[in-house]
Amino acid sequence: MSKYILQRFIYMMITLFIIVTITFFVMRLLPGTPFSNPEKLSEAQLEIMNAKYGLDKPLAVQYFTYLGNLVQGDLGLSFQSQGRTVINVIASRIGPSALIGGQAMIIGFIIGLVLGVISALKHNTIYDYGSVFIAVLGMSIPSFVFAALIQYFIGVKLGWLPVALWEGYSYSIMPSIALSVLVIATVARFIRSEMLEVLGQDYVLTARAKGISEEVVIIRHVLRNALIPVVTVVGPLSVSIMTGTLVIEKIFAVPGLGEQFTLSILVNDYSVIMGITLFFSALFIFVIFLVDVLYVILDPRIKLKREG
Amino acid sequence: MRKHDSELDESLFVHAPLEENKAEEIADHPTGFWIESLQRLKKNRGAVIGFIVILIISLLAIFGPIMNKYDYNTQDLTRSNLPPLVEGLERVGFDGTDSHGKNIYEDRSISNEPAWIGTDEFGRDLWTRVWRGTQISMLIALVAAFLDLLIGVIYGSVSAFYGGKIDNVMQRIIEILVGIPNLILIILFILIFEPGIITIILAMVITGWVNMARIVRGQILQLKSQEFILASRVLGASNRQLIWKHLIPNTMGPIIVTLMFTIPTAIFFEAFLSFIGIGIQPPLASLGTLIEDGYQDMRFFSYKLIFPAVIISAIMISFNVLGDGLRDALDPKMRK
Repeated sequence: MSKYILQRFIYMMITLFIIVTITFFVMRLLPGTPFSNPEKLSEAQLEIMNAKYGLDKPLAVQYFTYLGNLVQGDLGLSFQSQGRTVINVIASRIGPSALIGGQAMIIGFIIGLVLGVISALKHNTIYDYGSVFIAVLGMSIPSFVFAALIQYFIGVKLGWLPVALWEGYSYSIMPSIALSVLVIATVARFIRSEMLEVLGQDYVLTARAKGISEEVVIIRHVLRNALIPVVTVVGPLSVSIMTGTLVIEKIFAVPGLGEQFTLSILVNDYSVIMGITLFFSALFIFVIFLVDVLYVILDPRIKLKREG
Repeated sequence: MRKHDSELDESLFVHAPLEENKAEEIADHPTGFWIESLQRLKKNRGAVIGFIVILIISLLAIFGPIMNKYDYNTQDLTRSNLPPLVEGLERVGFDGTDSHGKNIYEDRSISNEPAWIGTDEFGRDLWTRVWRGTQISMLIALVAAFLDLLIGVIYGSVSAFYGGKIDNVMQRIIEILVGIPNLILIILFILIFEPGIITIILAMVITGWVNMARIVRGQILQLKSQEFILASRVLGASNRQLIWKHLIPNTMGPIIVTLMFTIPTAIFFEAFLSFIGIGIQPPLASLGTLIEDGYQDMRFFSYKLIFPAVIISAIMISFNVLGDGLRDALDPKMRK
């Protein structure tokens, strides 16, 4: 067990290291200079600027300085916003993203669970087809298309919720709903197939044969066992939430990390782009690591055999 | 649930023939795997509808732009922001009126051929643009899916077939690649190179093949220890023959299913990149850029958003439903 966790941890560190290296070299390869008006700067000014950002040293030195700073949590200065560090920019943006991401996860899991359970218990009935259809819609319609459409119909046409911006709690509802669609679909599909599988297991037959009431069989035996593998979809879902925030924050003008990221791409603020890239990647890799470990702890049937 | 005993009586049973030579008679024509799968697929109504929708959209993407006289890129400011108008369909919204209910066609006394689903701010015909955009989106998706297939199948089969150290190294590489969020890699790749069709395709392929490689490897690992491979090997087949003649044909089912899910993913990524402004560049249009343009104008010209949004959603839904159907049809474990 601890050997497995250690192995996963080492993989996590290797992957992180590779991403750090890729982002560093990508940053050097990017076209254009990071300064906002390079043609207006004189040679001397450029030299001072380069020295300030450490761009005058050899590449290898820059790389190790970068690694060293990174370990200390220093991602450098933003090229576009004067005097702000990248960490500072990220920290000031993280709140709204975490709020809508977290809400989307909660809404998505609850609705997805309900749909999936209905689907499995009423297998091959109109209820089942209905929730499968909703799940297919949720899987298929791109989140930004859905976001734009609900913004138009709920925000502009009906006026039930604020169209965009970030001036209170009600502003977070529509972005959260738009983000939750894929979570609903994924969880519903997953719960449905897991429950159908568990319903056919011998221990469910045994439980029924013992005369336990149907509710107890479903809740204690079926649902509990069907819920364990749902942990595995948390990883992919956190990626899609992350992907979703990039466009959905842009659509609803939410001042979060995703909006900052798309903004930084447009104004070539490379250090912020790389900072957010690293932040997202590290978060994602850590979630995958946690999910892998958690899954083994939750389900003792998983054999930790070595692959290959 | 089993039927109750009382419902069964003697009349339901027929004695089996006693002749010895008839005992092993086969009731029906023997059918191959593919024919049987096709029969199963035909029974899945959703998958059939999905297939038909994909067919119709593909035909429209090819022939749509030549169905009227407009070009996707000719600007005509006298025709800017025309609402949809189709003769005969005025009742269901294609009546040429704008969001205030004013008939723009009469207002500006435009009498030549109406724009079926409207025009954009430069007077370009949206019908033509939407189908041109679909062409480009589909092209990107198909090429990306094909490259994924090629790399994935070769990588996966080599890794599984040779096993041992080669497999070990190849799997470690995959494990690291899987850990990197692919969208981030795609965005970084596009930032380095000029945005364009080829860059988008390459960016998607960099991480896209991994999934295919994993599935092919898993399948071949299962297959390669089976007797027919041993038999073929004993008869002197080379490794190359084994891979191409026996292993890959037997992996075709999962490969096709994976491909069916790769295509909508690629369409989604292309639209996503175009939407955040680093995808297809003007004057070319894709479904993503059209949705982005429509989104900017949706308050007063909602048709600009709705038509491309409906097309992309229809494509995505159809591919997903067809993919689900194919998975059920091709999975031998589901056979009843």
